[in-house]
Amino acid sequence: MAAFSLYPFLSTVAHSFTDARTLTAGRFVGGANYQELIHDAMFWTGLRNSLLYVLGVVPLLVMLPLLLAMLVQRHLPGMTFFRAAFYTPVVASVVVVGLIWVWLLDDRGLINALLEGLGFGRVGFLSDPWLLLLSAMAVTVWKGLGYYMIIYLAALANVPRELHEACAVDGAGAVRRFLTVTVPAVRSTMVLVAALSSVGAFKVFSEVYLMAGPTGGPGGEDTTLVMLVQQVGTGLSGRVGYASALSVVVFVLTLGLMLLVLRAHRTEDA
Amino acid sequence: MSAIVEREPERRAGWARAGRRMPRWQLLLRYLLLLAVLALTIGPFLWQLSTSLKGPGEDIYRSPPSLLPHQVTLDNYAGVAETIPVWDFALNSLKVAVTNVLTNCAGAALAGYALARLRFPGRRSALVVFVMAMLVPVESILIAQFVTMRELQLNNTLLGVVLPGCIGALNVLLMRNAFAALPYEVEEAAYVDGANAWQRFVRIALPSVKGTLAVVAIFAFMGAWDDFLWPLIVLSDQSKFTLTIGLNFLHGTFADNQRLVAAGTVIAVLPLLVLFAGLQRFFFRGVGEGAVKG
Repeated sequence: MAAFSLYPFLSTVAHSFTDARTLTAGRFVGGANYQELIHDAMFWTGLRNSLLYVLGVVPLLVMLPLLLAMLVQRHLPGMTFFRAAFYTPVVASVVVVGLIWVWLLDDRGLINALLEGLGFGRVGFLSDPWLLLLSAMAVTVWKGLGYYMIIYLAALANVPRELHEACAVDGAGAVRRFLTVTVPAVRSTMVLVAALSSVGAFKVFSEVYLMAGPTGGPGGEDTTLVMLVQQVGTGLSGRVGYASALSVVVFVLTLGLMLLVLRAHRTEDA
Repeated sequence: MSAIVEREPERRAGWARAGRRMPRWQLLLRYLLLLAVLALTIGPFLWQLSTSLKGPGEDIYRSPPSLLPHQVTLDNYAGVAETIPVWDFALNSLKVAVTNVLTNCAGAALAGYALARLRFPGRRSALVVFVMAMLVPVESILIAQFVTMRELQLNNTLLGVVLPGCIGALNVLLMRNAFAALPYEVEEAAYVDGANAWQRFVRIALPSVKGTLAVVAIFAFMGAWDDFLWPLIVLSDQSKFTLTIGLNFLHGTFADNQRLVAAGTVIAVLPLLVLFAGLQRFFFRGVGEGAVKG
């Protein structure tokens, strides 16, 4: 186990200082890979897209599943069915989900047909680089909703009903009760969801790969950091050294992102 | 624990009261919202199914779209099998997933029991190593794993697909927590009766953590069946493709034939949906335990 996680990590760090390729062992080249990274336009594109992905996806994945969990929380007829149905996209493989949405968002797909039926023009969801990135984010949110809903359900079960009732007696409306009772009670869960979803969003690969293609759309405009690692470092002519340097950057930034979320939580407490 | 159990009927009664107290319009609004979300989450799957059943004479690009197929046919499924060896891909996926389940269950149970119960030098640091391993994102060690697999000459083999995920750190920790939560006394009694560590593990501890083991098994199966990035890196030969890689290939090569791609995705997703429908409660338990304790 350790052999498959910690050793590869150390060997990644070691490789990142060499010019190794898939078929040749590398020589030590110092920080040359990192220097090249700073001047690589693709690196900055990838970093921008991965960070945008976090900004776009995380707020939605923190709020929407909470609302969804509140919707299915009551013991009313059919709730078990609704919970299971909302979880279905989590069970499906990301490839299946990606291809389903590629077809839905196709220039001649269902969504464009519906838009046209309503009198709007067709939208190039998968041809415009920005729209494509937004569409991929929407798919990530769609696939993640059910997962975080279940996490929130567990947290909501621990919110004492008495608090809601007391608040209602005091004349607080639904929105006010949500803000003064529910949100404070599930705040640590919200932080957990923020941490999990931001790490996941930062490392996004499959959704963009499937929707934009292996090279990340026209001119690679939609490439993310992990896509870059896969493009640069694998295959028979893979630049293992350079891709390792990229991987180290991904690792450091992921860790930094997690610490940032946890820190934001702590300052809020103070 | 017992306090929660005793309060459960009371809470349910409270919910029932709340349900009755809810004004009719609010109840209606709630169900309307639920149905809207249902359409959003299940609709895309149904549209894919519908597309896969439409015959060649039917215009799948129609506007306004027709949601139900008018000439229902299974030809597209046969078509997928003619275009790509989809059943071989499914078999490869099954091999990978089943192996992943076996190695994860056996490995996580053994390691988890050792961490929870056996006293050996370095137990504490072993636990720390497992927690640290969980923090290293898979994406940042892809390249090193790729190089290792090449050195072991396992690139382009199914063994190479399975090996890196064969014992998940999270699973080990889940099993450790499950074993650690068992009361000591039963095992002590067995110890007094002369049972050795292995007998205590197999006869007493293991049967008591069946639920957690089922969670590990299901998530190992789902993880392996759904995985995309790693098989994409390891496999290059079409005969070794798993379903996800095969679908990506189908999409890349026959993107114009939406009926075919749709049939392929249905083949890939159906087994998991059946599994999910049958074993729902374990899926939900897995999310809870993985997120809260892990």
